[in-house]
Amino acid sequence: MNAPENPERWQLRLYVAGQTPKCLVAFANLKRICEEYLTGQYDIEVIDLLQTPALAQGDQIFAIPTLVRKLPEPVRKIIGDLSNTERVLVGLDIRRLP
Amino acid sequence: MPRRARASTPASTGKAAASGLKKVPTGITGLDEITLGGLPFGRTTLVTGGPGCGKTLLGMEFLVQGARQFDEPGAFIAFEETAQELTENVQSVGYGLEPLLKSGKLMLDYIRIERSEIEETGDYDLEGLFVRLAHAIDSIGAKRLVLDTLEVLFAGLKDHGILRAELRRLFRWLKDRQITAIVTAESAPDGKLSRHGIEEYVSDCVIALDHRISQQISTRRLRVVKYRGSSHGANEYPFLIDDGGLVVFPITSLGLDYGAPAGHIASGVAGLDEALDGRGFFRGSSVLITGTAGTGKTSVAAQFANATCARGQRCLYFSMEESPDQIVRNMRSIGMNLAQWRKRGLLQLHSARPTLHGLEAHLATVYRAVSLFDPQVVIMDPLTGLSSVGSDREVTAVITRLLDFLKAQQITALFTTLVSMQADPEHSDVGVSSWMDTWILLRTLELAGTRRRALYVIKSRGMSHSDQIHELKFTSRGIRILPGSAVSP
Repeated sequence: MNAPENPERWQLRLYVAGQTPKCLVAFANLKRICEEYLTGQYDIEVIDLLQTPALAQGDQIFAIPTLVRKLPEPVRKIIGDLSNTERVLVGLDIRRLP
Repeated sequence: MPRRARASTPASTGKAAASGLKKVPTGITGLDEITLGGLPFGRTTLVTGGPGCGKTLLGMEFLVQGARQFDEPGAFIAFEETAQELTENVQSVGYGLEPLLKSGKLMLDYIRIERSEIEETGDYDLEGLFVRLAHAIDSIGAKRLVLDTLEVLFAGLKDHGILRAELRRLFRWLKDRQITAIVTAESAPDGKLSRHGIEEYVSDCVIALDHRISQQISTRRLRVVKYRGSSHGANEYPFLIDDGGLVVFPITSLGLDYGAPAGHIASGVAGLDEALDGRGFFRGSSVLITGTAGTGKTSVAAQFANATCARGQRCLYFSMEESPDQIVRNMRSIGMNLAQWRKRGLLQLHSARPTLHGLEAHLATVYRAVSLFDPQVVIMDPLTGLSSVGSDREVTAVITRLLDFLKAQQITALFTTLVSMQADPEHSDVGVSSWMDTWILLRTLELAGTRRRALYVIKSRGMSHSDQIHELKFTSRGIRILPGSAVSP
């Protein structure tokens, strides 16, 4: 019920480098936040740069983990393990409903 | 390119080997001499300097020369400019990157870091950067790497604690991969080497660049601040950026161990050779011509140039007062056709006001032109022009180095200087006369209602020269001097 009114699907891409603790924490945090605020409206794509290093160039990735909001536009980036939910919501521009 | 060939002297490589530290020659003229062989192999060198100091160019030259001269591929990671901007910018200083990029000797990668687009939350590392570096390095088998500039990372990331730890890890990582790298950073306004203290992590080699304006004249300088495990030139050295790239000038005095060729070279002034032991100047010697205004210094210099070219030898002529065309025109009036020598590539006329460059840069220009043109004769007319851009002590130091440099190349050098009417004519302005092998004084004498030009040889080392006062005659077929005592009443 807390989902924003925007009917678009959210396309999120999480860049990781192997199964490091930071990356696992980031994925867990992202999953939790999406379930809570974007129920049923999101896709998460996880890209492991250790397997596909060439993909780092496209989204200008230098820090790991990095979350990229591909849609809705404009593209936004959050780096870190996403442990501060408040900052993630601001970074992704997800409006909280009262 | 002959000037490149001079870059590494046997002496420098010898010393590098003795210190036990493996070095990578940069291929940058002069820098390898100052560092006694190049940058530390497999280590990261920090290049700091203010904006516009040439940090990016130094990095690019390191890669370009590495690819061209040593067949070592290099990767340039730019945080500030896109690959295209970078290619365009370095084009203007003569690096055509396209062939190197195509042949896989060079790769450019632009990493955009824009703080306004980035939110930080929680722990992270720069593994993404490492992945990209590894990818860039592996894609061409890079041996050299440039990161330009770390400032962008500091500006783009809030958590400097993480950044510092990651940079430390990065330098170690590059070392493990045996990559010789240059990272650039901006110097701090308070005189510190870098704003964020990166020099504390890069402990092997630090080079500081500086761009100073003194009396409205700009000079770029380079200094090796530290080089662990190796001795290095500790001075500040001027460097030039022009359409041939970047050149550093380690113009410390080359010393007095040059050979003394015994051959002679004709002065071109009819009669003067007779006054000089009948054979002219010694080849590879230095000649000073002093005189008040209008005594014919430039004419004597031009006559020497003319004679040199007529023998099929090359002459490099630096004029600080007249344009090349003006010299050619004026000398035509006394029967010299200098234009033909220019056309045949035997004569190069360089005109530049001394104030165009700083003193060191002036010497640098000369050094460079000599290296490229490989002349038998160099003329500087007048040397006194330099006094306007430096203190006496500086000018003297620069001229000494210039003399040593020319002598080492066995080039015959002729300088003119202007002395003022009031001054003692046997006192030359910049006090360099004692270093000159031959000193010729020109003056005017008033005799029986006419002004006559007179020439006498004050000294000429190693020969029994004339001790008489000769009259100097300008004719439509050149200048000549009359046998001795012609001007005595």
